[in-house]
Amino acid sequence: MNIVVCVKQIPDPADPGALDPESKTLKRDGKLILDESDSYGVEMALQLVGDSGEVTLVSMAPNGEVSGLRTALAMGAAKAVLVSDDALKGSDALTTAKVLAAAIGKAGEYDLVLAATESSDGYTGVVPEQIAAVLGLPSVTFAKAVSVDGGTVKVDRQTEAGYDEVTCPLPAVVSVTAGVVEPRYPSFKGIMAAKSKPVDQLALADLGIEAANAGWAGAGQEIVEVAAAAQREAGEIIEDDGEAHAKIVDFLSNLKVI
Amino acid sequence: MDFSLTAEEADLAELCRNFADREIAPRAPAAWERAECPTDLLREMGELGLLGMLVPEGWGGIGMSTIGFVAALEQIGRADQSVAAALQAHVTIGSMPLLLFGTDEQRERWLRPLAEGRVLGAFGLTEPGAGSDTRGIATRAERRDGGWVVNGTKAFISNAGTDMSFGVTVLARTGTGDRGPRFGSFVIEKDTPGFTMGPKVRGIGWKGLDTRELYFDDVWVPDDHLLGDPDLGLGQFLRTLEVGRISIAALSLSLTQAVLDLSLAYAAERRQFGRPISDFQAIQFKLADMATELEAARWLTYRAAWLRDTGQPFLKEAAMAKLKASRLAAAAASEAVQIHGGVGYMLDSPVARFYCDSKVLEIGEGTNEIQHVVIARALGC
Repeated sequence: MNIVVCVKQIPDPADPGALDPESKTLKRDGKLILDESDSYGVEMALQLVGDSGEVTLVSMAPNGEVSGLRTALAMGAAKAVLVSDDALKGSDALTTAKVLAAAIGKAGEYDLVLAATESSDGYTGVVPEQIAAVLGLPSVTFAKAVSVDGGTVKVDRQTEAGYDEVTCPLPAVVSVTAGVVEPRYPSFKGIMAAKSKPVDQLALADLGIEAANAGWAGAGQEIVEVAAAAQREAGEIIEDDGEAHAKIVDFLSNLKVI
Repeated sequence: MDFSLTAEEADLAELCRNFADREIAPRAPAAWERAECPTDLLREMGELGLLGMLVPEGWGGIGMSTIGFVAALEQIGRADQSVAAALQAHVTIGSMPLLLFGTDEQRERWLRPLAEGRVLGAFGLTEPGAGSDTRGIATRAERRDGGWVVNGTKAFISNAGTDMSFGVTVLARTGTGDRGPRFGSFVIEKDTPGFTMGPKVRGIGWKGLDTRELYFDDVWVPDDHLLGDPDLGLGQFLRTLEVGRISIAALSLSLTQAVLDLSLAYAAERRQFGRPISDFQAIQFKLADMATELEAARWLTYRAAWLRDTGQPFLKEAAMAKLKASRLAAAAASEAVQIHGGVGYMLDSPVARFYCDSKVLEIGEGTNEIQHVVIARALGC
């Protein structure tokens, strides 16, 4: 069994991020790292294929960035397809999905596509489902457990009340939640081996996508304005004059939490 | 002069930094509190390749340079000294005798599991009556029935009594020749009849390190458990363990860095007389001294590691690095507690844990008095 995992390389959340005032999007010109939420998909894929298949990474990033891909390759993925093209700057979620779907087409034979539920920087949370639609594949979301049995994938799909047991024919696109499995740390030998694993770098032209349909030009959305989030207001302090419990009960019942 | 790490060394240091920050730092304090060796962490470190740092890839290790080993220990030790102590004992004295003196069969049998991190290694040298005076060891090995019978007691032996331990390599007298006593080292696996051990001893620090007395009562091992030439000189054998001094120096660097970082953060946060105490020169000068001395000790240590990596003599430099860095660690830990005041005196504070861990650095892997002797001899005294 072969699995494709969509991974995003993002600015290190430990560093202070900055917005590009011109593009009104997150600056992504420095070193990028593997989005932690994608490490769960990579680990899930590695566990599912075991010794009888390959995990291929698919990613879209500026400036031919591979640092995050090397981390996932060090975990054990076999190879990667990276789409990097200046014309992609400003791409919206749908364009991203179209690009990743085309890149998945260059990843060889596959049985399953895994992705995170949402990225840790953009949080659109729609790309996996859009990829499925573009590829014409069934889509299962919010997987908290994934297993493959012959030609079907079985998913425990997280819901607000518990989880649904979903069975779906392969190939399919499944988005996994953080915690579906515990991601491994890349071993030293894994890190060394990752340096020589193949990363196929593609431009838009290699995917047959017109630049006019990508980036700002092709986006179906426009970011009109970006503003700092409002400062959180100070909380209400209740002095206990013997009636504090009643005020707290009122406060909570106004919030409809009790 | 080039002080930068190679790409491989930097990759290893980063791996260790990540693992130390995310796994060791949160989990090790509980092991310290319970006074148990966190073998769960050591097993995970084994899977990452960290337990085979100085062993070539052909024998299951990662073939790292001594410089890379020091850089790795600096990261691990910042998070927890007991884990770093267990790791360094395994990598140096626990594995080096097998690598340097073992036959290929012995390396396959005992070194590979050590390097792959499946078991934990230990070396038994110190005895109740012989510490600095290694020639005074009383443990004896006598030839009997196509093998050797070992009798004696070893003291303060690390890593031999955990659920991950495979046994121990022990140094014993094998007889007396024309030029005095002869010595040999023997691999003695756990569960060998006659090999028993005492309870884990309690130290001021390194509470997560498993340290015990080992007892050998007519322990018979076959000939193939003897490492190398039984007539090999003791000095020649012990010289192969000199990398242990570099690794204690590296642990000392990591402890000093840890207490410096804790002190910097605390001094910026703690306010007295209306301002952070880091505004006061009395505190600033302590921090500046600590940082300056740390740089000096760091480059002594890395230079000793570089000498080893480039095949040059490093006896004197390793002793100097160990002496300087361990003294600094003990002094810096004391100053760090002073900066923290009452909070630092409380055993629940991280800086107190490092303070407790600092003293042993002046004692283990050759006391600082022995380091002085080594240095003085190298100077021609």
